[in-house]
Amino acid sequence: MSIRIKNKLIGGTIVASSALSVVLIIAVIIIILIVTIIGGKEKLSWEFLTSFPREGMMEGGIFPAIYGTALLVIIMSIAAVPFGAITAIYLSEYAHEKSWLAQTIRFAVRTLATVPSIIFGLFGLGFFIQFVGAGMDNWFLGGQLRWAQPNILWASLTMALLTLPVVIVSVEEAIRTVPKDLREASLALGATKWQTIWKVVIPGSISGIMTGTILAVSRGAGEVAPILFTGAAYSLATLPTSISDQFMNLGYHIYVMSTQSSNVDKTLPIQFATTLVLLMLTFTLNLSAVLIRSRLRRRMK
Amino acid sequence: MNSDQAKTSFTFTSASLKKKFRFSEFFAEKLITSVAFLSIAVIILIFIFVFRESLPAFRPRVKAKIEKTSSVAGKPESYGGSEAAAAQDKPESYGIVKDTALSTDVRNENGNLVPSDNRSEEGTLSSLFTSEWYPVSDNPRYGLIPLIIGTLKVTIIAMLFAAPIAILAALFSSAFAPPWLREWIKPGIELLAGFPSVVIGFFALMIMATFFQNLFGYETRLNSFVGGVAMALAAIPIIFTITEDALTAIPATYKEASLALGASRWQTAVFVTLPAATPGIFAAVLLGTGRVFGETMIALMATGNAALSGLNPFESVRTLAATIGAEMAEVVFGDMHYGILFLIGSMLFIFNFSLNAVAEFYVKGKLVRKIQGR
Repeated sequence: MSIRIKNKLIGGTIVASSALSVVLIIAVIIIILIVTIIGGKEKLSWEFLTSFPREGMMEGGIFPAIYGTALLVIIMSIAAVPFGAITAIYLSEYAHEKSWLAQTIRFAVRTLATVPSIIFGLFGLGFFIQFVGAGMDNWFLGGQLRWAQPNILWASLTMALLTLPVVIVSVEEAIRTVPKDLREASLALGATKWQTIWKVVIPGSISGIMTGTILAVSRGAGEVAPILFTGAAYSLATLPTSISDQFMNLGYHIYVMSTQSSNVDKTLPIQFATTLVLLMLTFTLNLSAVLIRSRLRRRMK
Repeated sequence: MNSDQAKTSFTFTSASLKKKFRFSEFFAEKLITSVAFLSIAVIILIFIFVFRESLPAFRPRVKAKIEKTSSVAGKPESYGGSEAAAAQDKPESYGIVKDTALSTDVRNENGNLVPSDNRSEEGTLSSLFTSEWYPVSDNPRYGLIPLIIGTLKVTIIAMLFAAPIAILAALFSSAFAPPWLREWIKPGIELLAGFPSVVIGFFALMIMATFFQNLFGYETRLNSFVGGVAMALAAIPIIFTITEDALTAIPATYKEASLALGASRWQTAVFVTLPAATPGIFAAVLLGTGRVFGETMIALMATGNAALSGLNPFESVRTLAATIGAEMAEVVFGDMHYGILFLIGSMLFIFNFSLNAVAEFYVKGKLVRKIQGR
């Protein structure tokens, strides 16, 4: 066999196997989507989305879980987006690229992004509930138990810490697409640095702030580990009325129903439908973030 | 303000060119800087508080505060009743652990006569390095060995699947795919990163477990193999993205030089681009490992959760992260078990932190030096 043919053969194998890997990954994504859609579509209905669970979770809908998840991501965004955006502004506008402070903050952000989500759950329990919550009870309520227990506020704040790096990274990326000329023009016209940021940089990167929020919401809606012991409840008769109430959550609902409910087989359609709802939610959010982002990247070019 | 500027702008003295002190500017800058400190503060707080809560593990006599226990009592709606039922109906996910724990209780009461109020205060800490994880019995033992073995097993299996597939896919995307296809592949695979881990866990529990059992015909439906493959799905997008970035960051001159010397495209990709990007790929694998190591929901749902320390990949295992997730809701706040769970959390955190630090400093420095030829 000549070297030429041998080379062709090896090259062909490498290209084919690498192409196969891509196909395999895409196939798995499609299989997960299809399986969830097939398993969940008959149960999925308007009624399923808007009604309470009945007969010990065997029947009925998942409205409280949807409501709880929505509440969670809203409170989480209120906490995470401003702080994330301000950190991004600091990193791109104020900090010197080589300063130790900027480097340390960048390292902290990247570390925060790789901390396992269960650690955030532990932190939420140890810091928010056992320390802040217990402290609030002692100081304001005279030892009466209200804040030193799992609730939606602590869960949302825990989730906000988890999604903070997501916001920071996408906002910073967007701020960098605002052309330098615009900033210089604004400064040359006599605007101060803060005026330039407020009137030029932030409006120019609004789509990035949006992407960041969308990605954070998608992440927050899907994560379960951080809220396992900071506020999620398996079954509640009423919707949460204050931020010191516990709440139901889509992901937690799936987890408990599929591993700990008393009758897994009977509730299978509900589980699949709940998974479908969660998957569609995060999938749509991610897709829109990807679209906004690719438009942003094109603008950069 | 305008008139102010008009007055000064005509005469350029050194005093007028000096930056004017504006309180609002000063305030904004200081405020923004202090907010930026938040990320650092959070990391430090995580360190402090996860460690602080693990102290009960070293101070066994700490009495659980009553107010704290009542907050556990408020929780049964989330766990309580379903627990017992789960043990009967779904042995694969919970039963085994509970059963063994029960049987040791009996043995201890009959044989060793361990008084229940003396919860073996000196015995528990030394049991950390034994192979028995029986946290809920009259003589609780917290042997971390089976948990560590389980975690390592799952991590290795996951990385054996995830690393080659993700690196090959990144190679295809960066070296072989035409530009229009590349624009689709990257966001396509990154969509997988957006799948919540509970969805991947559910898929593994319902579909993959049955599929692999039919394929290989092993006994326990949920085991470290199923869990590992499922976690590979979570790690693939991370490894793919970072590897792809590392591969595309290799200067075009490298490739052009190789092609000009007569190498074909695949030779250039395999013998020039890939070796040049090794530090980045190494970082990608490290971060993927970190992700798998700390993954909780997939481990809870797909690995079977039995603290066995055998090496058979088709055996149920219990990972460190899953142990925290499964048991934290049942412990008495402030007691030993609680402390041990936080201790496991500290271990996970330190491990992940060091992985990230290595990926960050060592690998990045090396990559930069390599590309710049220094």
